[in-house]
Amino acid sequence: MEAARDLSKSKIDQPIGAVLVIGGGIGGMQASLDLADSGFYVYMVDNSPTIGGVMAQLDKTFPTNDCSMCIMSPKLVECGRHLNIRVITNADVEGIEGEPGRFSVTLTRRPRYIHLDRCTGCGECAKHCPVTAIDAYNEKLSRRAAIYIKYAQAIPKVYLIDREQCIGCGLCERVCLAKAVNYEESRIVEKIDVGSVILSPGYEVFDAHLRPEFGYGVYPNVVTSIEFERLLSATGPHRGHLLRPSDGTVPERIAFIQCVGSRDSNCGNDYCSSICCMYATKEAIIAREHVHFVKPTIFYMDVRAYGKGFDAYYERAKSEYGVRFIKCMVSRIREQYKTKNLLLTYLNEGGNLVEEEFELVVLSVGMVPSKTTMEMAKQLGVELDGYGYCKTRPFEPTSTSKPGIYVCGAFEAPKDIPETVTQASGAVADATGALSNARGTLATKKEYPIEVDVASEDPRIGVFVCHCGINIGGFVNVPAVKEYARTLKNVAYVDENLYTCSTDTQEKIKNAVNEHHLNRVIVASCSPRTHEPMFRETIRDAGLNKYLFEMANIRDQCSWVHMSQKKEATEKAKNLVRMAVANARLIQPLGEIALSVTQKGLVIGGGVAGMTAALKLAEQGYEVFLIEKEAQLGGNLRNLHYTLEGEDIQAFLKNLINRVTGHPSIQVITNALVVDFSGSKGNFSTGVMVAPTMYYRKIEHGVAILATGADEWKPNEYLYGEDPRILTQIELENRIANQPDEMARANQIVIIQCVGSRNEERPYCSRTCCATAIKNGLKMKELNPGANITILYRDMRTYGLMESYYAKARDEGILFIRYEPEKKPLVSKNGQELTVSFLDRILNEEMEIKPDLLILSSATISRENEELATMLKVPRTAEGFFLEAHMKLRPVDFATDGLYLAGSGHGPKLISESISQASATVSRACTILSKEKILVGGVAAMVEGERCAACLTCVRVCPYNVPVINAKGEAEIDLAKCKGCGSCAAECPARAIELMHFRDGQLWAKSQALIYSIEQSA
Amino acid sequence: MRLSYPTNVKIVKVPCTGRVDILLILKAFESGVDGVYLAGCLEGECHFLRGNLMAKKRVQYVKTLLDEVGLGSGRVEMVNMSSAQGQRFAEVAREMTEKIRVLGPSPVKRSKVEGRK
Repeated sequence: MEAARDLSKSKIDQPIGAVLVIGGGIGGMQASLDLADSGFYVYMVDNSPTIGGVMAQLDKTFPTNDCSMCIMSPKLVECGRHLNIRVITNADVEGIEGEPGRFSVTLTRRPRYIHLDRCTGCGECAKHCPVTAIDAYNEKLSRRAAIYIKYAQAIPKVYLIDREQCIGCGLCERVCLAKAVNYEESRIVEKIDVGSVILSPGYEVFDAHLRPEFGYGVYPNVVTSIEFERLLSATGPHRGHLLRPSDGTVPERIAFIQCVGSRDSNCGNDYCSSICCMYATKEAIIAREHVHFVKPTIFYMDVRAYGKGFDAYYERAKSEYGVRFIKCMVSRIREQYKTKNLLLTYLNEGGNLVEEEFELVVLSVGMVPSKTTMEMAKQLGVELDGYGYCKTRPFEPTSTSKPGIYVCGAFEAPKDIPETVTQASGAVADATGALSNARGTLATKKEYPIEVDVASEDPRIGVFVCHCGINIGGFVNVPAVKEYARTLKNVAYVDENLYTCSTDTQEKIKNAVNEHHLNRVIVASCSPRTHEPMFRETIRDAGLNKYLFEMANIRDQCSWVHMSQKKEATEKAKNLVRMAVANARLIQPLGEIALSVTQKGLVIGGGVAGMTAALKLAEQGYEVFLIEKEAQLGGNLRNLHYTLEGEDIQAFLKNLINRVTGHPSIQVITNALVVDFSGSKGNFSTGVMVAPTMYYRKIEHGVAILATGADEWKPNEYLYGEDPRILTQIELENRIANQPDEMARANQIVIIQCVGSRNEERPYCSRTCCATAIKNGLKMKELNPGANITILYRDMRTYGLMESYYAKARDEGILFIRYEPEKKPLVSKNGQELTVSFLDRILNEEMEIKPDLLILSSATISRENEELATMLKVPRTAEGFFLEAHMKLRPVDFATDGLYLAGSGHGPKLISESISQASATVSRACTILSKEKILVGGVAAMVEGERCAACLTCVRVCPYNVPVINAKGEAEIDLAKCKGCGSCAAECPARAIELMHFRDGQLWAKSQALIYSIEQSA
Repeated sequence: MRLSYPTNVKIVKVPCTGRVDILLILKAFESGVDGVYLAGCLEGECHFLRGNLMAKKRVQYVKTLLDEVGLGSGRVEMVNMSSAQGQRFAEVAREMTEKIRVLGPSPVKRSKVEGRK
């Protein structure tokens, strides 16, 4: 009885193992995937008809110029077909009840007038729709039908009727062979139960009409930066041709005006939007790449290139692409009546008013939280700041004011893609920390029938040719292709379907496999990019190994691109089917080996990032080893005392250390040095030497997080070290905290920025120094309100919401004077007198200050990490910071699976950013640790040991350093590490390596079948 | 995007152009194709870090071989494009087809056909 009551009680106490993610942009997608991959069920709600957010509209991303859609679409597809993610689009969140761990959320789904489960996304309806409406995806620069899909890669790939534009002609219903149109659909209210909520609703761009002096909406050739992004895009209104709106000519002189709707108290947006400097630079570069004679000019206030690799990108824009940067505020724009060219009035560097002509003006519009987002936050009871961003605290950057509701992305504060992705993963760690004992309770795991052994059988191939409505059938003679397939060797069954991807066809395929004992299946249809995973699942359900599937791409690569050549298209479709059959005959089932996972984590580095990661990983229920090379925990935080916002760092640090050392699942090992490292994801082994006795210890773990931190550079310029009045920022902060009275006696203070940063030796921005200078400047003002403080700077980079402190510093009388790197300030010492001399650019005169204190904002430099990097085989940047797997979308992952990075070891950053990043590594690590077993193998390289001459070619050629020569003197490839690119197989001189599923024989047969069929060759 | 290009271009899917070895290209010529081109990621953006650069080198080498056997180096090319450059894909397909058309059918194919007679 007692026990029964306990049981029911624990059931009530148990939190719900599901999480609601609001917003389907890049942040929402990352959060959802991390959640679903670590054992939670996800409801992903977006108010738009498709997920993807703003990133789906971007052409390229800075600073790598990666194509935005290319890097994002794999995530779109994964979200769309993940078993444990339910994507709910076109829906709004109406309200929330309950408490953390057990929320009940009310949603309203707006009608889309299309059956979600029937529409195949073939697009026949849109072709017949007589309505032309404005396309919001292309920022109103092009037209679309009333029945539409936002963009080609959209998830869900389901059309939608715009009822405001629809004239109700009924054509779409008549042409839709899938019977997906449903004019009668209505609003549906739904309640869902979740344990926690993550807000990732993103942002809107500032409405440029609110700055009337720029003539947006009046002059056709004044566009916003997001419109310009669409103009540059290959899927944009002009298919990637850079043409201006007024007359469709190529603009030569393009002006970018920065800070439109940012850093502007007149429109209420005092903050910096953080991304505009970089995206304008990117757009200027891309425009130059499109049209070589384009001359871009960027009018800016400060160039805020503060992120990793940003400064180098900015310098390249100037030197390689000839982008002109002019520091000034443009006061107005006039249009020339005849040419529609634009005249910009501005004060040039010399202080003269000039007027310059441009063919096109791009307004770099800032970020604003959308009205609907603010409404929703109100419904949820989440507090907002004065601008409408979600209120958070520096040490808890992903927690909202309401327990159980977390936030990430541009709704928290303006930020770019990698920071959004980082914060999204970070929010997941926080959102699941309290739900960890509900992990796996709602997530479903698919059960499959036992695989049939087909290895000894002759190939019996089934070929299913798809009409895709009329997408294929209208251009390719499908029955003829089907009959042709029947004649090919080893083909045992053929069929044709209206839509091979529909649910009932999956049943037909399964039945055919069983009835006709098929052991290979070919679908001739659309594209493996979107449909291969689904068909593989179907044959796996029928008991076949999922690799026994092959696709002939007769739509994307045939009917769609050869619409005007029906006869040739049919011939090509036959050829493609023949190639698929030739390959299918040789496909082998591939095993995936299940390796058990050591469900423990290792964290290297005991600073704020390392401790946060260790603590949050332990809260997820895993055992953690935290190793620190110093005698005590804390890292750089030991020298910091307060944040810009005024939070007490030492109190935070003390509390954090107590929680870490007091946690039963965390083992802290100080004075420890990593000496060896081996293994792969799920199963690593690390050796550490522990001082002072130097005993050796072996640690087994499934993941490793590197949080080795960074140091403040000790300057070798500006007389540093030669006078006690010359201090670095950290030294100043320590003095302010420990000897405030002494510091209060300083009346003349000079702070020099960019000491050791942004120069030839260290061509990067140290990111935190501008905020630190303002923080310490304000503190000195607090101690001595009469002090004269002068900050000599190059660009003030107080990005995001920190901009308000820059404004406050100016209000309090701190002087900001800009210097050029060619004309740095001079520091001299004459007897006891210190002198700082510099050029005042406004007065155009040399000035001198005799300071009581000279503060140097010194660079952040990477620690000695080369040995560690070599041991773990992880790459570093030229500057010595660790290099992530992908700058944009995998910001805390190393290229090697199971290894993650956080904190300043990745690049200079603020405490709040280090905490976000550390939390992010935890949720990434949980995607591995939450599994008892992981599958490895599949498409991987295999070595035939007997043929191997141990020539080391594979060792050299592998981009991931996977092959090793084993004790037998043969190359060995760890399946858990291999990424399946096939580089080694292609280079192996003895042909001892084969890439599974893409073996030599298969590719040869396929290319041979391109010319003649197997029978003919015999 | 459904941009039209000539029907004689047929695609053999590989995980990375780094998988395409010299022998595979030669085998294709042996079976009688008139031209081969490898479409890889943009340089510096290889999904597998540097497979496309390896492929580029191999294509250069195959060019010398094709010159030696008299097929002509113009029948093989390495091109780079991103997955968002549908336009470029179609352009390259057209250009390559035109180029091969000027070079005429592969002598290998001719001798194969004659051999079969």
